[in-house]
Amino acid sequence: MSTATTGTPTTMTSPARRTSPLAGSLASTRAELLRLRKWPAVWVTIGAWLALTVMFGFLFNYVSYKTGDTSFSNEGVTARSLLDDILPANVPHVLIQGMPMFGGALMLVLGALVAGNGYGWGTWKTVFTQGPARPAVVTGSFAALTVFVVTTVVATLALCFGLSLLVAGVESQAVVWPSFSDTAESLGAGFLVMEMWALLGFLLGTVARGPALSVGLGLVWALVVENLLRGVGQLLGPVEAFTKILPGTAGGSLVGSIVGTGGADPTPGVLDTLSGGTAVIVLAVHLVLAPLLAGWLVTRRDVA
Amino acid sequence: MATRPGPAIVKDMNPNQDNQVSHDDVVQTHELTKRYGDRLAADRVSLTVRRGEVYGFLGPNGAGKTTTLRMILGLVRPTSGSAVVLGQPAGRSEAIARVGALVEGPGFYPYLSGRDNLKVMARYRALPESAADQALERVDLAGRGDDRFKSYSLGMKQRLGVASALMGEPDLVVLDEPTNGLDPAGMVDMRKLIVDLARGGQTVLLSSHLLDEVQDICDRVGVINNGELLMESTVSELRGGASLAVRGQPVDRALAVAMGLAGDDGVHMDGDRMLVDLGPEQAPDLVRELVAGGVAVHEVTTVERTLEEVFFEMTRTEKSNELEATR
Repeated sequence: MSTATTGTPTTMTSPARRTSPLAGSLASTRAELLRLRKWPAVWVTIGAWLALTVMFGFLFNYVSYKTGDTSFSNEGVTARSLLDDILPANVPHVLIQGMPMFGGALMLVLGALVAGNGYGWGTWKTVFTQGPARPAVVTGSFAALTVFVVTTVVATLALCFGLSLLVAGVESQAVVWPSFSDTAESLGAGFLVMEMWALLGFLLGTVARGPALSVGLGLVWALVVENLLRGVGQLLGPVEAFTKILPGTAGGSLVGSIVGTGGADPTPGVLDTLSGGTAVIVLAVHLVLAPLLAGWLVTRRDVA
Repeated sequence: MATRPGPAIVKDMNPNQDNQVSHDDVVQTHELTKRYGDRLAADRVSLTVRRGEVYGFLGPNGAGKTTTLRMILGLVRPTSGSAVVLGQPAGRSEAIARVGALVEGPGFYPYLSGRDNLKVMARYRALPESAADQALERVDLAGRGDDRFKSYSLGMKQRLGVASALMGEPDLVVLDEPTNGLDPAGMVDMRKLIVDLARGGQTVLLSSHLLDEVQDICDRVGVINNGELLMESTVSELRGGASLAVRGQPVDRALAVAMGLAGDDGVHMDGDRMLVDLGPEQAPDLVRELVAGGVAVHEVTTVERTLEEVFFEMTRTEKSNELEATR
């Protein structure tokens, strides 16, 4: 170990370091962005979502259109309708129809990984001894996670446009662009749904202080338990009232209010339980409460 | 609960009895206590680390060193008591920004390289990313800086932890068992590095269970066992002055002569040697008296107690105090 390769301090006191909450949050955001950007698990998760979008949003429909076969997701749909679904005009719907269940579940995994792995690796301990206060560190982590959620939604939109243009080109269809407002509405709704699940994943990862339990429980909740509760809710009034405040209900209803649920076989997770406005309010409550609770836990708890 | 150690083993403890923090005190804890259920991990620990010194926090595994360090760093909330670090309550951002720490093993992102791990921490500290390269060089890891952390050996991980703690030239460097996993050469280098830090004006708070390892580099030490700070003093005070070891025949006559000079309690037998509580400057007087008393002197040497011996002596005394208290 070298003891003279770098200069030793000439004064006994270091210069004042940036320790304001804002500066601490910015520093934490930059640090988290670096480590998330270089984390293969983040790109695998985002890549899995993009692959699902390609398969369920375009590939299966296109194969059905070309072969005339139907699958579970497009039974009873005409060939023309199959093609229309994957042309540029329908991109705002294709973008978000898988988000309430599959996209949300993958964002939950992402959030749980971002929060939970640091406990097993001991990295939160290291981070909490760097200078920024814990609320600033958590704020930075939320901000970085949000950057990746936005990246995911925007990348999904770009992918959808790219694939729909490809289909239009191959099938010699006129390119009809969706309206800007429809596209912006879907982008906003998609972000809200994905961000809510990511922050809920972060909360779960924080509560469980590890990725495995939080991912497992979170996925069972998002993919199974909420659906079961909604089923039971049709028979029991109090349960039905409870299901209306669940994140899956809110996300599914917001997307349902845009893409509709009147198809022969609506996309799993897309609901009409709540109106679009109510769904946004419920989503907003989750978006506020999940980070507040996670931040409170991180700030209060001892770090082993 | 264990009783407080008797006055025989408590010296220079909590020198700032009025709980005033001196400007020279980088760390001062006041009756810092952490209880986990029925177990007291730290029991009213009051220690003081002064500016520019290397402070050794010594004790066996499970003694409460890491818990105390965690409380000093604000990672763990004390059950009672308080700690002031660089003039701020422990854990306050203003203080932590001026502290570099390696506590309970290095915690880094396994998928990132050593260099990227340090870059992440440099960003948290609002330092330029070049600080990562300097820190890697300082612990001789520059050549492996681009390898993933998970591929590092235990010693390399430990060195990366130390490198992270040194980034930004913090006023206080807290190193918890920094030589864990290091080979003998690495241990020597680490000791040199710590001494160099202190020479440069940085304060080092160092914990270790390897007492001999720290006795040459620490200015002062605090000894902790079962959560209690048994003693806090300079290494030389702790070890006591040098004494004389004598082999002579006949033993009974040698004992009588030595007791005449050092007092009845000042002479102990250690095998066939007689340990006499006299300083090296009194060796000629002792030899003269022994020879005059008809003792054949075979060997006279000066001996110093190691910290390890002092520690075992202290913990023995503590146990006997506990036994007496329970009777």
